[in-house]
Amino acid sequence: MLRLLDVQGRQHDLADLRGKVVYLDFWASWCGPCRQSFPWMNQLQQRHAKDGLVVLAVNLDAEAKDAAAFLARYPASFSVLYDATGASAKTWGVKAMPSSYLIDRQGAIRSRHIGFRPSSAVELDAQIAALLQTP
Amino acid sequence: MRICLLLSMTLLAGCATVQPWEKGHLAKPIMAFDPDPLTARQHKQIYTSKEAASGGQGVGTGGCGCN
Repeated sequence: MLRLLDVQGRQHDLADLRGKVVYLDFWASWCGPCRQSFPWMNQLQQRHAKDGLVVLAVNLDAEAKDAAAFLARYPASFSVLYDATGASAKTWGVKAMPSSYLIDRQGAIRSRHIGFRPSSAVELDAQIAALLQTP
Repeated sequence: MRICLLLSMTLLAGCATVQPWEKGHLAKPIMAFDPDPLTARQHKQIYTSKEAASGGQGVGTGGCGCN
């Protein structure tokens, strides 16, 4: 259950992505590890888009201009959705920033990852590759 | 007893739970105790050397202000 708008005002619904593997990331401009995760998420999208992976990032900044400044420095080639109220983070039970969820093709949450370190990338790469193999 | 309860209730009203995604304002440099760590360390070193016996800030100095 995730329905949010992107910067152009287009609505994205997680339910529409049934059949795809979704990497859902909650981030904010003030979060240090988020800066490290963006280049990796760009790579991820590029490498696995053809295999049916969708990277979705939910921004939780209270002010949209903070997010815009972050994205100018760390561009994102994946969809970024905006939730200034933090309602989605509450629903998803975000415990720390960044938090990410790996959702399988049936729409079930398969794993949750808290924080981001270079070692996280290695671990997540393996998990995502495995999930993309399963129909 | 009643006064104590009243006092604690007034004090508790000042507490709020900050959710992990609401720390944007707290993360601003202006919210830090020491906005510039290097300057803060320098200040501590001078302070410790002048206040020979007090100090204890984890900054090494001999009391002469020379190191």
